[in-house]
Amino acid sequence: MSGSVLLLALLFLPLLGALVVAFLRSDDRVAKGAALGFSIAELALVVAAWAAYDPAGDRIQLGSSAEWIPRFGVHFAVGVDGIALVMIALIGILVPIVIGGSWNDRLPEERTAAGFYSLILLMQALMVGVFAATDVLLFYVLFEAVLVPMYFLIGRFGGARRQYAAVKFFLYSLLGGLIMLASVIGVYVVSGNQLGSGTFDWETLVATVSTADTSTQIWLFLGFFIAFAIKAPLVPLHTWLPDAGAEAPIGVGVLLVGVLDKIGTYGFLRYCLPMFPDASRELAPLVLVLAVAGVIYGALLAVGQDDMKRFVSYTSVAHFGFIALGVFAFTSQAQAGAVLYMVNHGIATGMLFLVVGMVIARGGSRNISDYGGLAKLTPVLAGMFVVAGLASLALPGTNSFVSEFLVLIGAFPTQPVFTVIAAVGMVLAALYVLWVYQRVMQGPLRGNAVLGLAGGPGAAGDPSSEGLAARLASKVPDLSRRELAVLAPLVALVLFLGVYPQPVLDVITPSVDATLTELGVTDPVQEGN
Amino acid sequence: MFQATLGSQDLAQSAVNIPEIDWQAISPVVVVFVAACLSVLVEAFLPRERRWSVQVTLSLLTVVAAGLALGLYVNSDAVVGTGGITVAGQAVPLFSADYPALFLWGTLLALSFGALLLIADRSVDGGAFASPVPPAPGGDAVQYQAPGRQTEVFPLALFALGGMMVFLAANDLLTMFVALEVLSLPLYLMCGLARRRRLISQESAVKYFLLGAFSSAFFLYGLALLYGYAGSVRLVDIAAATAGTDRPETLLYAGFGLLVVGLLFKASIGPFHAWTPDVYQGAPTPVTAFMAACTKVAAFGAILRVLTLAFEASSWEWRGVLWAVAIVSMLIGAVLGLTQTDMKRMIAYSSIAHAGFLLVGAIAMTEDGLSGTMFYLLAYGFTTLAAFGIITLVRDGNGEATHLSQWAGLAKRSPLVAATFAFLLLALAGIPLTSGFMGKLAVFSAAIADGMAPLVVVALLASAIAAFFYLRVIVLMYFSEPAQDGPTVSVPGAFTTAAITLGVVVTLLLGVLPAFALDWASVGGFVS
Repeated sequence: MSGSVLLLALLFLPLLGALVVAFLRSDDRVAKGAALGFSIAELALVVAAWAAYDPAGDRIQLGSSAEWIPRFGVHFAVGVDGIALVMIALIGILVPIVIGGSWNDRLPEERTAAGFYSLILLMQALMVGVFAATDVLLFYVLFEAVLVPMYFLIGRFGGARRQYAAVKFFLYSLLGGLIMLASVIGVYVVSGNQLGSGTFDWETLVATVSTADTSTQIWLFLGFFIAFAIKAPLVPLHTWLPDAGAEAPIGVGVLLVGVLDKIGTYGFLRYCLPMFPDASRELAPLVLVLAVAGVIYGALLAVGQDDMKRFVSYTSVAHFGFIALGVFAFTSQAQAGAVLYMVNHGIATGMLFLVVGMVIARGGSRNISDYGGLAKLTPVLAGMFVVAGLASLALPGTNSFVSEFLVLIGAFPTQPVFTVIAAVGMVLAALYVLWVYQRVMQGPLRGNAVLGLAGGPGAAGDPSSEGLAARLASKVPDLSRRELAVLAPLVALVLFLGVYPQPVLDVITPSVDATLTELGVTDPVQEGN
Repeated sequence: MFQATLGSQDLAQSAVNIPEIDWQAISPVVVVFVAACLSVLVEAFLPRERRWSVQVTLSLLTVVAAGLALGLYVNSDAVVGTGGITVAGQAVPLFSADYPALFLWGTLLALSFGALLLIADRSVDGGAFASPVPPAPGGDAVQYQAPGRQTEVFPLALFALGGMMVFLAANDLLTMFVALEVLSLPLYLMCGLARRRRLISQESAVKYFLLGAFSSAFFLYGLALLYGYAGSVRLVDIAAATAGTDRPETLLYAGFGLLVVGLLFKASIGPFHAWTPDVYQGAPTPVTAFMAACTKVAAFGAILRVLTLAFEASSWEWRGVLWAVAIVSMLIGAVLGLTQTDMKRMIAYSSIAHAGFLLVGAIAMTEDGLSGTMFYLLAYGFTTLAAFGIITLVRDGNGEATHLSQWAGLAKRSPLVAATFAFLLLALAGIPLTSGFMGKLAVFSAAIADGMAPLVVVALLASAIAAFFYLRVIVLMYFSEPAQDGPTVSVPGAFTTAAITLGVVVTLLLGVLPAFALDWASVGGFVS
């Protein structure tokens, strides 16, 4: 009982926070402080929920349910399995960091901090709801509703082309969502035909819809799949992400690629596989092709980017390919790896995004070519860039290595060809990360943004790099204590989960096994053991 | 109404007998018509300076009283759902207060209450309505100061409301036709009453009248052919005739087609929508709100009734045609809406798209389709009403500023108005947690359950297209810099505030807690 209260509190606390913060218009500092306070309280609740969750227990835990629209069999039903729990934990960790990371962001004219942080907290509430919903219509409602705060966050607080990016983001997601709505109604009708009266309850739907004939399943699967593939995003439906990621403020970008996009991969696991097992097996090759194409294509485009935020967005496209590969390889190891990857990607890419934001905050430009040799001025920032970058390219010892390795080793027995191609992506990852690092941080001081800080174009002709560095040192400070405090927990998580991922895997694995059972797949890896 | 009773009696060639009238069941309609007549007397006998307050009070009280009468009847001990005006010896009432009619009456009364509030408001720039004295020739731009207030709009609105209530409850095509005229004629006049921009207003009235007269003629011609086919104008008799006879089917198809064209015209469903943008744009905005919300309800009420009661048996023959009509309407509304630069025209195209969505539910021919469509009407009506209420507030020196570019940066100057309008636009786009989403869910689930999945996919694609132009307005309001001498937002009067609040609250309520309204909408079906 107390567990279900805990989950409801997780849902409604940020909502309350959003309301409170929205009224703190007069003083930005108070608004920020209140938002941070709410997000830390939420984190405490997450810890409590993690403690209350029993990995060996039921499929769905901490659940509660109330009738919402009896006529359509809709309930306000929430509950978590291991997969949802780790995602909610990721949200809980990232939101305070995002709030801390955005602390000194200069807001556009006539926008208040209250508006910004209120929308962040609103989004947190809706995202927790998306992962916690056990009623398919509730999930859909929140899935769509989360677009609205995100739209305003990008459109009101973003970069120069924010209008375009916000509208593109919204329309892509809405189109996917509307296609999914057809399928959501479809599963309701299918359950109605089988049971006499339709329902949106997830567990009932898994039991009924999964017995429908394959062609029905395929149509319904496609509706869900397109929405999730836009969200995740898989190639070729990814084009909104680089725009949205580049124009969003840094903190919002972290939430966008760190959490919001995971709704797509989570949706594959939670909805596509258990509800439509036949269709999933039938269409898995198609998904795998898209996934592997994303790994290679995203990595190649990331190599070619000059805009640092677009660069991070494209690395994410590559990572999402890996996650989709893990999900659709249908082995326990690969799926557990994929879920762990979802968490690790949130941490590693979130950190990379924040570090890039800190570079941009100093130089005022998003272009890689405007920088060079920053490590001379800001050694600690450069060090953080290395950590985030290495975590992103999955160096052993960082968190991403464990998940990427699990995905590859788990996928190899069933999908050797795709796995081998995806492994090439790891090499490309090393290339794009290290090359960006080299261009921005290493070498002599160069680039318009850096030299511009030294005092105009005349300084470019200064042959003495010693003198240049001396003049710049006061203008380009290294990390402040706030920035260190924002990055430190992420560094700790990168290293901790790189060495000892077991606590998270313990929570994930039973839910992944349950998903595979619902899918009706016997795990070849475990059989072999 | 009573004329029609007699007329159909003659046609049925039976002895004239007194119809049995369940007064309590039809009391809301009676209240509205009596008050409309009173309102005419007020107009004729009261001195001009006192008319306005009396008319406002009278019409608002009428709607409240009719609503109370409806509530009393629904909660009374009588057997609800079968009453009306019944001709002795016939099972089905001629004019039926069955559950769908009662639900839609309630919807109409609530919507017209809001619309009357908008019409009555004169705190903003003296109100939207022209004085009865014509201005100087060529006086389109000339401001004309009327010596008093113009008040004919109130009796006209009440007559239109009464006509709508009869229209959707008539079980007999002749009654339906008379009601159609009773509701249309006042609307034609109301469209021409704008105080500013008189030429465009009068042009819209003439267009609406000419096209409306055509559509009435279509309706009447269809009625005649159907009488030739079935030997009766009663819906149940037509249904009985279609259920397997060797009558000439040409008459049935031609009659059905013409009849439905008349109905589709009233509901502004494409491709019979051509009048809608012009009329919505030209009519005074409160009247547009009244038309957009209430006429839709009445027209769809009649469409549902005619399709269900008279033509259900032959549905496999006409369904394909109406599929095509629904698709055309949704696509015309969504695609042409993209190109609009005038706010009222944009909402007009949006209403054409919504009419397409409604038609998807109306041709589902199931209980869920009926209740879903009625719920959608309720939800859509309130959202549109509030949206037009907001449009009346955004003004510049020449009256309402309806050009889209004039709305740029509105959120900076009036955050509350912009936020409210953004919410209403999201509701029109069908974003969850608004009534628009619940309406779409109800209608589309009924349609998929009835095997119309491809149509629903088209509808959802059209929704996605339409979302773009709603979104464009939000972008304008929130993300653009305001124009130099842009419009100002007037401080709304109490009436307008009340109407907008009503619309917004219902939009939110039906989006978050729709259960009660869905239950009301699905209490029962048509009596046949």
